[in-house]
Amino acid sequence: MYAIVAGGGKVGSNVTRSLIEMGHEVTLIEQRPDRFARLEEEFGPVAMRGDATEISVLERAGIGRPPELLLAVTGDDEDNLVISQLAKEGYGVRKAIARVNNPRNQQHFDLLGITQTVCATTSILGLVEHEMPEHGLVRLLELQKEGLVIAEVQVEADSPSAGKRAGGLGLPAGSRLISVFRQGRTELVEPSTVMRPGDQVLAIVPQGSVPELRRALLGAPR
Amino acid sequence: MKGVVIGCGRVGSAVAKGLVGDGWDVVVVDENEDALVRLGPNWRGGFVVGHGMDTSVLESAGAAEADAAVVATNGDNTNLVIGQVLQERYEITTVVVRVLDPARAKFYADRGMRTVCPTQTAISELLDTVRATAPHSSAAS
Repeated sequence: MYAIVAGGGKVGSNVTRSLIEMGHEVTLIEQRPDRFARLEEEFGPVAMRGDATEISVLERAGIGRPPELLLAVTGDDEDNLVISQLAKEGYGVRKAIARVNNPRNQQHFDLLGITQTVCATTSILGLVEHEMPEHGLVRLLELQKEGLVIAEVQVEADSPSAGKRAGGLGLPAGSRLISVFRQGRTELVEPSTVMRPGDQVLAIVPQGSVPELRRALLGAPR
Repeated sequence: MKGVVIGCGRVGSAVAKGLVGDGWDVVVVDENEDALVRLGPNWRGGFVVGHGMDTSVLESAGAAEADAAVVATNGDNTNLVIGQVLQERYEITTVVVRVLDPARAKFYADRGMRTVCPTQTAISELLDTVRATAPHSSAAS
């Protein structure tokens, strides 16, 4: 397989090393002269000096072949987005994976059709939520393309939703409660279902509205 | 008419003042508060301090109600991304983006963006001027 890696920082250089060990052909593009010198020392002709957001640089790297895979993993989200767009829309690269440095920029990648993204901060926060059940809400599944999250929420005795009917909870637009798991049984949620302490609620919610869903069911974070 | 100008450098500030002169309501966005001085002491429009990639900044600048937007920060890729966000997310009909690199300007123009490339303009003007004024220029070979 041929892969182009844009950005030779920690992520780009380590991924390049692994791809080469796996037997793949790689070109690694790095703009900064000091970084490039170190990369060239380790990777030889695999390393290429240039600004990967420039079309002529991408062409020298063989974007026209096109590569089976392009990784846009610079430390700049705007650059990663533009590199991915140039590769996908200009050269028909099928798989372009972009790094999101600032999770607040995730929405821009989603909006502009760069659906395969990796964000270290979001991944670590997801793990924190999994590992800290008292957090009350666990993201079970992120549906990137649909922009939805399936989450599990544990209702407590002091939760504002306890004792209320599902229909009157003031949930964020576009969200639904799917089911409650109580006393060893799962029930589908109807508008008339009354939330009880101890309920494990399965919900589907737009990605940006998770905090709103949490507030509606559990109140302000403690 | 409401306009939003992202980036208050030499270009952005002058465009903002021009639009106000035409009777527009204009809000300018810049990361740097000091950039406000470029708009002069009689600036009648709005000014928001913040980064154009931040949707809350765009919204407080009135992106949701804007009729036109001009994006002219000092980063080509930043301009291209903000321009697309203004076009796709806020559905602003007229979004004009300054892009210094002629290749990227053309790439995105071919895909329906309104890009303005001062570099390309300079290249064309310089060539035209030399061709029009240099002696024996038509005989050069």
